[in-house]
Amino acid sequence: FLCRLISTLIFIKKLCSCSVSVCVCVCVCVCVCVCSLQADLLLLSSSEPHGLCYIETAELDGETNMKVRQSLSVTSELGDPNNLAQFDGEVVCEPPNNKLDRFCGTLYWKDCKYGLSNQNMLLRGCVLRNTESCYGLVIFAGPDTKLMQNSGRTKFKRTSIDRLMNTLVLWIFGFLVCMGVILAIGNAVWEREVGFLFQSYLPWDPPVDNFLFSAFLSFWSYVIILNTVVPISLYVSVEVIRLCHSYFINWDRRMFCNRSNTAAEARSTTLNEELGQVEYIFSDKTGTLTQNIMTFNKCSINGHPCTVDFLLFKMFTWNPLADRDFRFYDASLLEAVKVGEPAVHEFFRVLSLCHTVMSEEKSEGELYYKAQSPDEGALVTAARNFGFVFRSRTPGTITTQELGKAVTYTLLAILDFNNIRKRMSVIVRNPEGRIRLYCKGADTVLFERLHSCCQDLMNITSDHLNECAGDGLRTLALAYRDLSEEQWAEWAERYRGAEKATDCREDHLAAAYEEIEQDMMLLGATAIEDKLQEGVPETIAILSLANIKIWVLTGDKQETAVNIGYSCKMLTDDMTEVFIINGHTVQSVREDLRLVHRSIYLSTSPVFLHISSFLSPAAHIGVGISGQEGIQAVLASDYSFSQFRFLQRLLLVHGRWSYLRMCRFLCYFFYKNFAFTMVHFWFGFFCGFSAQTVYDQYFITLYNIVYTSLPVLAMGIFDQDVPEQRSLEYPKLYEPGQLNLLFNKREFFICIAQGIYTSVVLFFIPYGTLSQATQSNGVVLADYQTFAVTTATALVIVVSVQISLDTGFWTAINHFFVWGSLTAYFTILFTMHSSVLFNIFPKQFHFLGSAHNTLAQPVVWLTIALATVICIAPVLAFRFLKLDLKPQLADTVRRLITTLNKKKNKSVYQRIQGRINTQILIQMLSRIWFHQMFLKYFLASSVQFHTLTKS
Amino acid sequence: MGKVQVGTGPFARRPDNSAFKQQRLPAWSPSLTPYTVLPVFYLLAVVCVLLGVWLFITVENTHELKVDYTEEGTCIRCFELRKDPIQARNSCDCVVNFNIPKTFPGDVFFYYGLVNFHQNLRRYMDSRDEDQLVGRKKSLKSPSSYCEPFAHDEHGEPIAPCGAIANSMFNDSFTLTYHPPDGAEVPVPLYRRGITWYTDKNVKFRNPPTNTTLQLAFQGTAQPLFWQQPVYELDPADPSNNGFINDDLIVWMREAAFPNFKKLYGILIRAETPFSEGLPAGNYSVNIIYNFPVQYFQGRKEVVLSTVSWFGGQNHFLPIAYLVTGGLIFIAAIVLTVVYVKVGRDGKNMEE
Repeated sequence: FLCRLISTLIFIKKLCSCSVSVCVCVCVCVCVCVCSLQADLLLLSSSEPHGLCYIETAELDGETNMKVRQSLSVTSELGDPNNLAQFDGEVVCEPPNNKLDRFCGTLYWKDCKYGLSNQNMLLRGCVLRNTESCYGLVIFAGPDTKLMQNSGRTKFKRTSIDRLMNTLVLWIFGFLVCMGVILAIGNAVWEREVGFLFQSYLPWDPPVDNFLFSAFLSFWSYVIILNTVVPISLYVSVEVIRLCHSYFINWDRRMFCNRSNTAAEARSTTLNEELGQVEYIFSDKTGTLTQNIMTFNKCSINGHPCTVDFLLFKMFTWNPLADRDFRFYDASLLEAVKVGEPAVHEFFRVLSLCHTVMSEEKSEGELYYKAQSPDEGALVTAARNFGFVFRSRTPGTITTQELGKAVTYTLLAILDFNNIRKRMSVIVRNPEGRIRLYCKGADTVLFERLHSCCQDLMNITSDHLNECAGDGLRTLALAYRDLSEEQWAEWAERYRGAEKATDCREDHLAAAYEEIEQDMMLLGATAIEDKLQEGVPETIAILSLANIKIWVLTGDKQETAVNIGYSCKMLTDDMTEVFIINGHTVQSVREDLRLVHRSIYLSTSPVFLHISSFLSPAAHIGVGISGQEGIQAVLASDYSFSQFRFLQRLLLVHGRWSYLRMCRFLCYFFYKNFAFTMVHFWFGFFCGFSAQTVYDQYFITLYNIVYTSLPVLAMGIFDQDVPEQRSLEYPKLYEPGQLNLLFNKREFFICIAQGIYTSVVLFFIPYGTLSQATQSNGVVLADYQTFAVTTATALVIVVSVQISLDTGFWTAINHFFVWGSLTAYFTILFTMHSSVLFNIFPKQFHFLGSAHNTLAQPVVWLTIALATVICIAPVLAFRFLKLDLKPQLADTVRRLITTLNKKKNKSVYQRIQGRINTQILIQMLSRIWFHQMFLKYFLASSVQFHTLTKS
Repeated sequence: MGKVQVGTGPFARRPDNSAFKQQRLPAWSPSLTPYTVLPVFYLLAVVCVLLGVWLFITVENTHELKVDYTEEGTCIRCFELRKDPIQARNSCDCVVNFNIPKTFPGDVFFYYGLVNFHQNLRRYMDSRDEDQLVGRKKSLKSPSSYCEPFAHDEHGEPIAPCGAIANSMFNDSFTLTYHPPDGAEVPVPLYRRGITWYTDKNVKFRNPPTNTTLQLAFQGTAQPLFWQQPVYELDPADPSNNGFINDDLIVWMREAAFPNFKKLYGILIRAETPFSEGLPAGNYSVNIIYNFPVQYFQGRKEVVLSTVSWFGGQNHFLPIAYLVTGGLIFIAAIVLTVVYVKVGRDGKNMEE
């Protein structure tokens, strides 16, 4: 919708003056519209009461829930533009940085000093929600904004094949120069020994006064003639193939999610074959493996466990504000609430007070919660359904409805959650005037801060927690502390001091929080379930069989994480050693990770894939799950789809095929160019190194773009070695990609060798035959044009036979391209050599009649047939030997399919099936041995990575 | 990226279920199996060997005789004479005798051969003007710059035909004589037409259009530097064989691909005895007007007599290559079979 500007005018107070460490800005006072903000603002006032302002930060951090920002109370009254015009405060703040969640500054205004925090800031990229308008002071603009500071230089992602290809092209270039040098030396020798004597028939060109200069010219001539070894069309073809593969991903119905109506999307078209080489997957748990739909599942109140009983599910008829979708019901608990057991009441009061959820009440009784994290929402909803309804909040108050009675608490302080604290607290004053601190957080942290009298309760609760964690639930412990007025006043003083600190404010605040969160009384614990997505265990099992190692990043308790690992088949009982990094601080996690990274890098240079609903751009391939957590992940990803289980199809089917096709394509491409070009090299030895080409100029032009481009392109786009369901059935088929077997330097040299061998055959067989041959009417066949046509025809036929051998999947399109290329060759050949064209342009089409004369000769066809047989037979023999002695799994599977199709007899099928199993077993054993040798820590094929980063 | 069309309905974005988009096109996926590869190898071996044998027999029935006359017989005198550029214009005749041990049955072809003469040099091959040779008036008078330095003579007259190829045209001529064991020597009649490609003679080489004589058509052009007569007087015996459509010129202008080559000179006329069955065995002599100097580039000149079969003249390379290839493929087939039966996993191991 349109940006609604309320008023545009504004004025400049003072220009920015920046010192090295501190930036003093009073720039422009802007009123903002209802669209995405364009600068980092200090919120001055808004149209909402208390200077509140609701924003959505999806563009910044991917979270779609609403967040609230509040202006300083002193500025929130400046609603009127005229008042704002009088505003002449001065802000001293930190220099521009990329930390989205913190801001540190001080406002000097009317001889007073006010601390500024992130709570007062509206960052660039935020979108106003539920807020008519607001006024702000520009702190940072343009490249200084936090959004821009975060946008690092975009790394251009390239596949390992790309990098290899670039190296190889450089090598080929070197090879080209070498050939040029060899031929130039040859030319020097020849001109000196022979050409010099031949001068009466062919004098040297006037500027060429000696053989050395002639050799120099010959070098450049040969570089031009032989430049076809450097495959220029390669890059274009590779991109076309990748584009097609990306379309196949987009078109895949089996990666389409009916529920969310989203198809898979390849957002990057350059990484497809890398999908066939993935070795490590780094995955988020929440929202990626799980549905990110939290349900309150269990709780333990004052040592009494309460479990879910879905069968008893009933409407909470006595509570008009209950959420109708709530699915937790425990008769005894409900009874306890009704009876008015204080511990139970206090338990739910914590849940209804200690959170950062925003509420929205469209009409009476129709409450909607907007929570930053779904688990918080689940907890508040649970409290609501048990009669402790959180209704609304203002900066200073929280209004709840406790068992039908409206209660307003004065909110004294919110002790924020962060990754290090792993807990959050609120300090409230209830209507009776008693001050209480409510805290919820990770049990490990909370248990350390309990009052000593809670020891027994702690042990019981701890048992319950472990039980819950064993079921894969996310747990939180709840506690409270009574504060006296003096304690509160004393602490509030320190708290304000910490808040005003200009440097290291976070540390000061953390220390202050630490002081008050002591000697707490344990109330109980909650357990929330986040259901796994459909098909996750199967997918992970298949990916593990494909030898892909999966790391999961989670903020859960270790027991929870391990259990989730088991339930999604990531961990199995026969794994002797599971590697779990359990970091309590960022530092230690980093240290552990470095250790592991080193051991990974020691072994190979593996391909990392990062799948997540919140992506870092550092991974080789980023896969985004488009679903609950907004579109940031999708925007930053290379591939996106809506269900984790589609990953197996993306990797094992699309990735594997892409890799296979690309490798086959590259092998053939290098081969055909070498076979084509090297013939000139051999001819050089017979034509005095004079840079005479073997073929007609039109053939040279059209060879790469017409005669041989389409069949190999069709192979690169459509080839399949085994049907898709087989590659899911035998995940081991994925292994050649990880081991980089199909295209590497060795394979490249084999292709080159084959190409050079072909060129030798293609030159010397026609040479041997034609130099002696005559037509049956006595006319000599050893003329240049006949030789050119014979060699060119033999070349086109040989490379066509070769592509037919390489193509494993003959669709109608392949047939059309292969036969079409051959037809095109002969059609163009006869056209170019026709008298019609010659009569118009005699000089350009001087090959007049060569095609008719040459191709009418049986001896020419015998030569072509012989050359083809000599070129192809060894290839066939080697392939057969390889298939026979060292069959790849894909070959065996192919054989199996053939056998199945023929349905010859069942016993053969069973035997082959047995062999496949043995083969897989042997490969697995050898892999395990390899890992034991090199990676002590890496026995397990999956690795759990555990650290707390998210609540 | 190609975005699927946005529509309404629950499955509006669902991709089409077409065989192409779902990569399920019907396809044939052949694979190498012993049951296909081994028979192919045996078949190839048999075909190659049979072809080789057949070609070999055919080739054995053709005859060829080469006589190197560079310094042979009386030609040694001419050879020495041609060493001296000053004597280049002096004519020199010589005779070389040779013996045909067995009758050459059927059609016999007379070739001249050159050794170490590079017609395939890039600049040499470029040094011709197709426009001129097809008789275009404009090019006749202003030859292509590719012909340099053989485009104009010292007086600035355009040369026709221009270029290095035409300039270096082979200009020895031969007369073959048969010496029967009894009786007088008989000149061997040679037919000097029909030694070119049809397209060359009729399309590629045309004389400049003229209503009068050929000489007038070529007026204002000079003969190539090394030539002894102008292009319109190449064949004094047959006026229709002059100018650019002279058979010897056309043959020469079709450049050889390799430095050792032969070119057709004439075909035996078998109308009269004793040549109606071919060339009888016996003694022969060839009279040579020795013009073409080869000592500059260490070349050799030879005369070749040959008969042909259905696939051309004597050519041992092809049958031998077929036989060798067939043999090697046969060996490979046996090796593959042994490997398949003894070692291969699909073979014996499977049966156990």
